[in-house]
Amino acid sequence: MTNELDIFVGNTTLIDEDVYRLWLDGYSVSDAVARRVRSGILEQTGATAAVLQSDTMDHYRTFHMLERLLHAPPKLLHQLIFQIPPSRQALLIERYYAFDEAFVREVLGKKLSKGTKKDLDDISTKTGITLKSCRRQFDNFKRVFKVVEEMRGSLVDNIQQHFLLSDRLSRDYAAIVFFANNRFETGKKKLQYLSFGDFAFCAELMIQNWTLGAVDSQVDDMDVDLDKEFLQDLKELKVLVADKDLLDLHKSLVCTALRGKLSVFSEMEANFKPPASGAEDRTPRIPAPQNLSRGLVNVAAKLIHNKDVRDLFVDLIEKFVEPCRSDHWPLNDVRLFLNQYSASVHSLDGFRHQTLWDRYMGTLRGCLLRLYHD
Amino acid sequence: MPGKLKVKIVAGRHLPVMDRASDLTDAFVEVKFGNTTFKTDVYLKSLNPQWNSEWFKFEVDDEDLQDEPLQITVLDHDTYSANDAIGKVYIDIDPLLYSEAATVISGWFPIYDTIHGIRGEINVIVKVDLFNDLNRFRQSSCGVKFFCTTSIPKCYRAVIIHGFVEELVVNEDPEYQWIDRIRTPRASNEARQRLISLMSGELQRKIGLKVLEMRGNAVVGYLQCFDLEGESGLVVRAIGTACTLDKLSSPAAFLPACNSPSKEMKEIPFNEDPNPNTHSSGPSTPLKNQTYSFSPSKSYSRQSSSSDTDLSLTPKTGMGSGSAGKEGGPFKALLRQQTQSALEQRGGSPHRFCKRREFPFFTLTAFPPGFLVHVGGVVSARSVKLLDRIHNPAFVGIMGNTRSYKLLDWNSFNADEPETRDAWWAEIRQEIKSHAKALGCHAVVGYSESTSICEEVCILSASGTAAVLNPRFLQDGTVEGCLEQRLEENLPVGCGFCHIPYDELNMPFPAHLTYCYNCRKQKVPDVLFTTIDLPTDAAVVGKGCLIQARLCRLKKKAQAEANATAISNLLPFMEYEVHTQLMNKLKLKGMNALFGLRIQITVGENMLMGLASATGVYLAALPTPGGIQIAGKTPNDGSYEQHISHMQKKINDTIAKNKELYEINPPEISEEVIGSPIPEPRQRSRLLRSQSESSDEVIELDLSHGKKDAFVLEIDDTDAMEDVHSLLTDVPPPSGFYSCNTEIMPGINNWTSEIQMFTSVRVIRLSSLNLTNQALNKNFNDLCENLLKSLYFKLRSMIPCCLCHVNFTVSLPEDELIQVTVTAVAITFDKNQALQTIKTHVEKSLQRASTDNEELLQFPLELCSDSLPPHPFPPAKAVTVEKASPVAEGNFRNRSAPPCANSTVGVVKMTPLSFIPGAKITKYLGIINMFFIRETTSLREEGGVSGFLHAFIAEVFAMVRAHVAALGGNAVVSYIMKQCVFMENPNKNQAQCLINVSGDAVVFVRESDLEVISTQQPTANCQPLCTGGEVTT
Repeated sequence: MTNELDIFVGNTTLIDEDVYRLWLDGYSVSDAVARRVRSGILEQTGATAAVLQSDTMDHYRTFHMLERLLHAPPKLLHQLIFQIPPSRQALLIERYYAFDEAFVREVLGKKLSKGTKKDLDDISTKTGITLKSCRRQFDNFKRVFKVVEEMRGSLVDNIQQHFLLSDRLSRDYAAIVFFANNRFETGKKKLQYLSFGDFAFCAELMIQNWTLGAVDSQVDDMDVDLDKEFLQDLKELKVLVADKDLLDLHKSLVCTALRGKLSVFSEMEANFKPPASGAEDRTPRIPAPQNLSRGLVNVAAKLIHNKDVRDLFVDLIEKFVEPCRSDHWPLNDVRLFLNQYSASVHSLDGFRHQTLWDRYMGTLRGCLLRLYHD
Repeated sequence: MPGKLKVKIVAGRHLPVMDRASDLTDAFVEVKFGNTTFKTDVYLKSLNPQWNSEWFKFEVDDEDLQDEPLQITVLDHDTYSANDAIGKVYIDIDPLLYSEAATVISGWFPIYDTIHGIRGEINVIVKVDLFNDLNRFRQSSCGVKFFCTTSIPKCYRAVIIHGFVEELVVNEDPEYQWIDRIRTPRASNEARQRLISLMSGELQRKIGLKVLEMRGNAVVGYLQCFDLEGESGLVVRAIGTACTLDKLSSPAAFLPACNSPSKEMKEIPFNEDPNPNTHSSGPSTPLKNQTYSFSPSKSYSRQSSSSDTDLSLTPKTGMGSGSAGKEGGPFKALLRQQTQSALEQRGGSPHRFCKRREFPFFTLTAFPPGFLVHVGGVVSARSVKLLDRIHNPAFVGIMGNTRSYKLLDWNSFNADEPETRDAWWAEIRQEIKSHAKALGCHAVVGYSESTSICEEVCILSASGTAAVLNPRFLQDGTVEGCLEQRLEENLPVGCGFCHIPYDELNMPFPAHLTYCYNCRKQKVPDVLFTTIDLPTDAAVVGKGCLIQARLCRLKKKAQAEANATAISNLLPFMEYEVHTQLMNKLKLKGMNALFGLRIQITVGENMLMGLASATGVYLAALPTPGGIQIAGKTPNDGSYEQHISHMQKKINDTIAKNKELYEINPPEISEEVIGSPIPEPRQRSRLLRSQSESSDEVIELDLSHGKKDAFVLEIDDTDAMEDVHSLLTDVPPPSGFYSCNTEIMPGINNWTSEIQMFTSVRVIRLSSLNLTNQALNKNFNDLCENLLKSLYFKLRSMIPCCLCHVNFTVSLPEDELIQVTVTAVAITFDKNQALQTIKTHVEKSLQRASTDNEELLQFPLELCSDSLPPHPFPPAKAVTVEKASPVAEGNFRNRSAPPCANSTVGVVKMTPLSFIPGAKITKYLGIINMFFIRETTSLREEGGVSGFLHAFIAEVFAMVRAHVAALGGNAVVSYIMKQCVFMENPNKNQAQCLINVSGDAVVFVRESDLEVISTQQPTANCQPLCTGGEVTT
C-alpha cells in the first residue's frame, strides 16, 4: 500500500512556522522530517513518522506554490488563491527575506552577478548554510537590488513598498543594495571583525548624507549612488593638512580643548601631526606614528576614484581605527577627539569649506565610532 | 423582453505574459451571453490592463437568464495569428434574479483556464434589470430562492413545508463525442464546463417551476449531482424540499416560527392582546400578510385567506399535532392516518405535476422544534442498473457541421432519455416510501440520493429516515391553535422523537422495546439509527463521536449483465456487514443512537467498497447499551478460553475508557421506577432495505440476525478474529479533539469563532499480489485511520477543537486505486465552559433564538452588510511587523474579525455547516454551484499528482471565495464538494480532474459587532421586504 496522492488544502492556508523555517533553511523533505522527529514532536502529539512525512510534504508543496508570490510580495497580498491572515502574510514575507549574518558578510559589497552565484558553493561549504538557502538569500538580494536600483525616492521606503518588509529589514536591505552598488570591500582580513550591523550602520549614514538624495530628492538612483560632485569637492579639504599653518592651528585648538579630558592625550597630541612633532618622539611604542588628521583628510581627497571608494573601509581601519586601537584609546576618548576634531574646524578662519567638512566629517565620525571596537 | 443584463469590464491584473518578446500582453475581453458577444478594446502591452469598458447590454428572456451563464473570455490580441485565450470566467447570474439576494455582482474574479489554472484576475460589474412579466405560461421561475442548507435558513421562518421536488436532465457528454477526437483538450473541457453550467441552470429553473406550482417560494436542502455515465451520457439531477419561507424582519414574522413548548406558554398572554392587528401591522406587504401569516397571534383570528383558497393545493384537514402525550394506540393511529391522508390527498390532487407528490420526502436534516414527532429508523434502497448507450447516429452526423452550437441542443435528440432515469429513481423512491410505511411512518426525512458508476454498471442508492411529522407545517389549512398548544405542552421535551411510531403489537421487525427513560410513558427502541441531525432539544448524555464502518469485497471482473448480477448478489452481504460493524462500534463506544448516517457503496472494476459514517450519541431516552460478549466455538480448550477472556477484558476496558472519554454517565435509574426490566443487550435493526436488480426483484433483508443475540461475537474463524481486532484498532482522537459528521457536536456548545474548513484527498495503490478481502479491508481501514490521524496532527494548533460535518467519499478510479476525499470543518471551542449541562444548553439556545430575532428586528440588513467591505489599504504601511503586530496578532487569533483591515482581499469563510459560530447570518445571497475541469499534460512539472490536485483544489476554493465576495458576501455555508473525479496517466504525463462544489453565499455579522452597531444605530427601522415570488407573479 503506497500513497499515490496525499494532499490537504485548507480554506485558510495552514502555515507551520517550524516547517517554514526548515524549508527556508533549505532542508530536503526527508532531512526536515528527521529534524522534526528529533525535536520530539512525535512524543508530544502521538503522531507517527508517516503522518509527519505527509504533513511535511504538504507544507513544502504549499511553500513551493507560495514562493512564486513571495518573489513579489504585493502579489501575495492581492492574490486570491491562498487565503492567509495578514499577520501570517507578513511573517511569510519577513522570514523569506531574512538572511543569515554569516552569509551576508560573505556577499556584502560584491557584485550581485552570475559570477558571484558560482561562489555560492564555496560560501555554503564555508558557512555551513545549505546551498539552497544560500541561493534563496542571494536571489533575494539580487531581486531587491534590481527592483530598487534605478528608482526615485528613499531607498528604504522603496524597499518597504515593493517588498513589504519590516522597517528593520528594509534598512538592512538598503545597506545591502548600497554596498552592492558601490562595491565596498568588506572581505579583507582586517575587516573580518566587523559585523553586518556595523556596515549597515555606516551605509545608513552615508545614504543620508553622501548620496544624491541627500541634496535633491527628485533624481534617479538618488539613494544608491554617492554624490559625485561631493566627492569631487572633497579634494578641497586637502588644504587642512597641506597648509601647515592651518594644520597647526587646528591641532592646537583640539589640544587646548581636550587637555585634561583625554586619558590618552599625549598619544593624541603626538599623532595629530607626526612630521612636526616627530622630533619630540615621546611615544616610542608606536613604531610608525601616523597622522590621524592627515589620514582622514587623505581618505576624503581620494574618494573621487572608484577604487578608493571601494577601499573606504579598509582605509578607515588602517588610517584611524588601527592606530587608535594600538594606542589603547578608550571609545570615549575617540568620541571626544572626533567631536573636537570636527568642531574646531569651524574656528579656522582661513578655511572656506565648512559645509563640505561637516557633510564629510559628520558621517565619518559616526562611522568611525561604530567601527571602533574589538 | 423581461430582462436586461448589463456587464462592465473594468480592469485586469496579474495577467500572464503572453508575448515572450516584450514580456507583456495585449489583452482584450469577450463578453458572451446566449448567442450575443461583445468585445472590449485591446489594451496594449500591459499585465494590468484598465479597460474600463462601456456597459454591455444584453436583452434576454428570463428563461435564458436562468439557464445561461455569463461567459467572459480574456484573450491576447495577436495581429498575425489567431488570438490566444488567456482564460475564462463563468458567472452564474441567478443570484441577481431574486430581489432579496444580491443586487450587483462586482469584484475580482480569477481568470481560469482548464489547462493552466488561474491566470490573473479580472474586475467585472454585472447588473440585471428585470421587468415584470404577467405571462402565466412562462417557462422561467425567477424569484424562487434556492438553499443548499438542509434546515430552514437562519433568517427565515417556514410558513409551509410543501415537500419533495426533483428533476433531472440528460445530455450527451462532450468528452465522448466524435468531435472530441479532433478538438483540443481545452476546447473539450470548456464545452463540458459550459454544458454542465447550462444544464444545471435549466434544472434549477425547472425545479423552480415546480415550486411555483406548489405555491412555494423556495427550495431548501437543494442537492444537485452529476452522473458522468461516460459513453451513455451525462445526467444532472437534483432533489430538494419546496417551502414557503418568510423573511424574519417584520414584527409579525418576528415571533419564532418554531414555537417550542416553553415559548408558546410564555406567549399566551401576548396572544390575548385585545388588538391582534398590532402584530400584523408590520411593514410587510399586504399580500404577504394575507397569504402566509402564521404567527401564533394570528392563529386565533385566522380565516383561511382568500387569495390562497381557490388555488391551494393543500386540502384543509383540520387536525392537531401528530403526537398526543398519552399512551395508547388508537388516538395516535388516528392522527397518523389523518396526516397520512393529508399527504396522500395532496399527492392525489388533480394536477399536472402530481407525480412528485407521491413522495412525502424531505431533504432537510434539521427541523423547527415540533416538526418532527417520531422517528422510525433508517430506510434505504439500492438498485443496480445497466447503462445503455444512447447514441443517436443522426446526432453524430449533424455534429460534424455545427459543433459547438448543436452540442447544446439536447432536447431534440434524447428527449425520451430523462424518462428512463426518471423511472429508475421513481422505482427506488417507491421502495423507500413502502419501507417507511412498514415502519408506521408517513414521511421520510433527511432524504438523499446518490449513484456509483463503473463502466456500464450503475448503483442507484437512496436513503432517509422514516418519520412521523407534525402536519402543522405541511399545509396551510386551519389549525386549531388551542388544541395544538395543549398538545405541545404535553409533549415531553427531548424524547418525543425517540418514541416508536409503529404499532407495538405489530412490529415490522423484531425489536426490543422499553419505556422511555425520559418520560416513562411511551415505548422506545434500544437503538436508534437516523440520517438526520440530532434534534436541538434532544436530551443527550456526554459527547458524541464519529463512527465509521469500512468494508471491501472483491468481485470478479465481468461484463454487463453478469457484472450487474454479481454486484446485486454482493450488496446484501455488504449491507449486513456494514450494519454489524456500525452496531459493534456503537456498543464499543457505550452509545445507543446514530445520527447523520450515510452509507456509501462504491463499485469498481474488481471490488465493492462500503463506507458508513455517522455520529454516535447517547440518548437519555434510550436504554443503556449492553456490552459485547465474546464466545469461542471450542469451549473446552483451556488456552483458547484464556485467549477469549483476554479479548473480552480488552473489549470491556475499551468500553469503560470510551465512556470516560465521551463523558457518558447517565443517571442511575432503579428498575422499579422504569417499570420494565433493563433490557438485555439485543440487536435491533432500524434498517429496512432492499436491493433490486434491473429485474425489479425485491429482496427484503432481515438485518436483525434472526433469533441470535448479536452482541455475542463468536470467534470461530479468522474472519471473526479479524472483526474483533479491527474493532479494537480504531484509535480514539487525541485529547482535545472530537469529531462528528453532523452539524452540531452533541455536548459541546461553546464554540469560539475560529473555523477552518478543509479538503483532504488520498489515493492509495494496492499491490495486486495479495488481494484478499482481509488485506483489502485492512488497507482501507488503515487508509481512513491514517487520514484521520493526519487531520488531527495538522489541526493540532486549534485544540481544543471539534471536526464537524466530517464527510468521507470513496471512489475507485482504477483497478488498484482507492481514493478517499474528506471535507470537514474544524471549530475551536472554549474548554472552560465545555462541561455545561444539556439543560442549560437548551435554555441558552432558546434564549438565543429570541434575542436573535430581536436583533434582526432592530437592524436593517443593509446596515450590517455595508459595514463589511474591506478597507483599501496602502501596502507600504501595513506589513511592518513591529507597527502592525498588535492588530495583526488580534486578527490572527480571532481570524474572523472584520475582513482583514490590512489586506485588499476580504476574508471569505467557508463551512459545510449551516451556521457560523459566534456570528449571525443576516442575508442569503444565492446559491453557489460551480463545476470545474482541470487538465495537465505536464504532470511532473506541476509537482506530480499531489502538486496538481493541491493547486487545483486551492484554485477551486479561490474561485468560490471570489464569487461570494463579488456578490457582497463574506461566507459560504452548507458548502459541499459533491464530486472530485481524478484521473491520471503518469506514463503520458497527464492528469485530469473534475470538481463540483456548491453552497450558500451569505453575509454574516459577528455577534460582537452587532452590539456595536446597535449602540451606534438605536433608531434603526425595519425595511419593507417583498418576496421574490411576488415580484414575478
